[in-house]
Amino acid sequence: MKVLLIAESREGKLLNSCYELMAFAEKMAAETAMFLVGSDSALPQYGGKLYLADVSAAGEYNPDGHKQLILDVVAKEQPDMVVFSHSSYGWDLAPRVAFALQAAQISEVVDVAGSTMVVPVCNAKLRRDVAPKTAKTVVTLQAGAFGLAEVPSAAPVVEKLTSQSGGKIEFTGYEQAESGGVDLGKAKIIVSAGRGIGKPENVAMIADLAKALGGEYGASRPVVDSEWVEHNRQVGTTGQTVAPKLYVACGISGAIQHLAGMKKSEFIVAVNTDKDAPIGDVADVLVVADLKQFVPALTAKIQAL
Amino acid sequence: MKILVCIKQVPDMESKFKVDAGGTWYAKTDLAWRMNEYDEYAVEQAVQLKEQVKDADLTVLCIGSEKVKETMKKALAMGCDRGAHIADEEADKKEPFQIAGIIAEYAKEKNFDLIFTGMQSQDRGSGQVGILVAEMLGMPGITTVVHFAYKDGVIEAKRELEGGVKACVKVAAPAVITCQLGLNTPRYPTLPNIMKAKKKELLSVPAADLLKVESRQDTAKMYFPEKKGGGLVLEGDPAALVDQLIKILKEKTAVLG
Ligand SMILES: Cc1cc2nc3c(=O)[nH]c(=O)nc-3n(C[C@H](O)[C@H](O)[C@H](O)COP(=O)(O)OP(=O)(O)OC[C@H]3O[C@@H](n4cnc5c(N)ncnc54)[C@H](O)[C@@H]3O)c2cc1C
Ligand SMILES: Nc1ncnc2c1ncn2[C@@H]1O[C@H](COP(=O)(O)O)[C@@H](O)[C@H]1O
Repeated sequence: MKVLLIAESREGKLLNSCYELMAFAEKMAAETAMFLVGSDSALPQYGGKLYLADVSAAGEYNPDGHKQLILDVVAKEQPDMVVFSHSSYGWDLAPRVAFALQAAQISEVVDVAGSTMVVPVCNAKLRRDVAPKTAKTVVTLQAGAFGLAEVPSAAPVVEKLTSQSGGKIEFTGYEQAESGGVDLGKAKIIVSAGRGIGKPENVAMIADLAKALGGEYGASRPVVDSEWVEHNRQVGTTGQTVAPKLYVACGISGAIQHLAGMKKSEFIVAVNTDKDAPIGDVADVLVVADLKQFVPALTAKIQAL
Repeated sequence: MKILVCIKQVPDMESKFKVDAGGTWYAKTDLAWRMNEYDEYAVEQAVQLKEQVKDADLTVLCIGSEKVKETMKKALAMGCDRGAHIADEEADKKEPFQIAGIIAEYAKEKNFDLIFTGMQSQDRGSGQVGILVAEMLGMPGITTVVHFAYKDGVIEAKRELEGGVKACVKVAAPAVITCQLGLNTPRYPTLPNIMKAKKKELLSVPAADLLKVESRQDTAKMYFPEKKGGGLVLEGDPAALVDQLIKILKEKTAVLG
C-alpha cells in the first residue's frame, strides 16, 4: 500500500494538518510520498520524498494548476490512495483529482478498517462503512480524527515540480476575519447560543446566563449567519477556538465544525431537547430540557446564590 | 441566461433515525423531510441572480422519489421557473459520482450559464457532487462560496476558509458554484407565490435514462456510533434539573465560587 499525502500551506505557512495525514498513513502502515505547494522555507518535518511546487509560481489557490501537479506526481509514484484533509483546500481539490483518476472518493474519513473507510452520516448521528470499488482511491480526512503523528526530526528529500501558470479561476487575494470586539479566547466561562434558541430575542437569555456566571456569550454558526450575534462570537472551525473552564452549549446539536472549536473546554454542559444530539458525546453533563424554560430558571437560581 | 440549481431532500437532522432492513442506509419512514440546508442558499442565490439579470430561465433539479416534489415546490415558490424531477426511488443508494453523472447528463447540451449546488448534503455529506458536475461538464467550479456577485458574464466570489479567512476569486461564466451556509438570507415563499408555483412546470424523467456511469463505492454497513465520553444525562422536571446542575457545577468546577 502506497499513499500520496497532500500537505497544505496558507499565506506562506505550512499547516499542521500534514502531521494528521502522516498519522493516518502510520495507521494504514502505508508507504508514503508527500505533495506540497509551498516554499523551501516552510517544509514539513518528514523523512520521505516531498514533491514541492513553489507557491510563487503555482499560486496558493489555483485548482486547475494544483490538480495537474498532483496528477503528474500520481503518474510517477502510482499511489493506491491520494489523501487530503477534509478542509477548504481538500474538499475543493479532491473531487477534481478523483474525477481525473476515475477513482472513488470517500469524504470525511474518521477511521479505517482494512480497505473499509468509516465516515459520518446525518450530522454524525450515524456512521457508514464504505468500500471503494476502484483500484485507486481518493480520501479526505476529518480534522482531528487521526491525531498528529509524532513529528520526526527529519528533513524531506525534496523533488521540485515546475508548474504551468493559468487555469480558469483567478485568485485575487485573501480577506481577513474582522478583529476587535470580544476576545472569547480570554473568557473563562462561555455560554453559547445555537439554532435551538429559535428567535433573536432569545439571545438575551443566553447573554444573561453568561453574565450571571461571570462569563461571555458565544454562538454557533447559524445564529451568526442569521445576524443575531456578531461573527467574533462564533465558536468553531470558521470562528474562534476556545477552551474555557466551563462551556455551556444551549440548543447546539454538536456538528463537528462546532466541536472543533470548543471540545477542549475543561467542563462542558449541553442543554438540548434531543437526547441523541451529538453534543452529548463531548458533554460532561447533558441536560435534556427546553432551553427556553431551563436557561432562565438556571440564571435566576445562580443570581440568587 | 440559463440557470440550474440542484437540490436534495433530506431528513430533519433532529429526527430519531433508525437503520433500515438492508443495514446500509437509514430507514425512510417516520422522518420529517426538508430541503438540504445548503441548497436553500443555492436556490436563493439563483433566484437573486435571475432577479438581477431579469432575462433568465431558472430550472430546479432534484433526484429522488415522488416525495421530493414537495421540496421542489418550495423551490418553485421561492422563484424557480421550472422543475426537473429525476425520478429515482433508490436515489439514496446512489453515490456522489452517480448523482453527479445524472446531473451532468441532464445539463450536457442545455448550455447553462450557471449551476448552483450546495457545498454538501446534510445526510450523506460528501461535498463532491458540485465539483464532479463541473469536471464532467468541463466548467470551472468554485466551492464553499459565502459571497457571490455577477456582472457582465464575470463572477466574483468569496470562498470561506478556516478561521474566518476568505479567498476572493474571479471566474467567467459558465461556472458551477457550491454554496456555503450564510451566503444570503433564503426567503420564505409567500402564499401567492406558493399558489403560483402550483402551476409551474414540474416534469419527471426516469433516472435510468440519464445514468451512464457506474458506482465506484459501496456502503458495507450503516450503524450508530458507540457513545463515547459517558457524560451524565439529566432528564426530568426543569426546576429539579436546575438544582442538580448547580450541585454538579459546585462539585466539579470552580465557577460558582
Ligand atoms: C465548512 C464549514 C464550516 C463550519 N463552521 C462552523 C463554525 O465555525 N461554527 C459552527 O457552530 N458551525 C459551523 N458550521 C456549521 C455546522 O456544520 C452546523 O451546521 C452548525 O454548527 C449547527 O448549529 P446548531 O447546532 O446551532 O444548529 P442545529 O444543528 O440546527 O441544532 C440545533 C439544536 O438545538 C436543539 N433544540 C431545538 N430547540 C431546542 C430547545 N427549545 N431547547 C433546547 N434545545 C433545542 C436541537 O435538538 C438541535 O440539537 C460549519 C459548516 C461547514 C460546512
Ligand atoms: N439527489 C440529489 N438531487 C439533486 N441534487 C443533489 C442530490 N444529491 C446531492 N445534490 C447536490 O449536490 C450537493 C452536494 O451533495 P453531496 O456531494 O452529497 O454532499 C447538494 O448540496 C446538492 O446541491
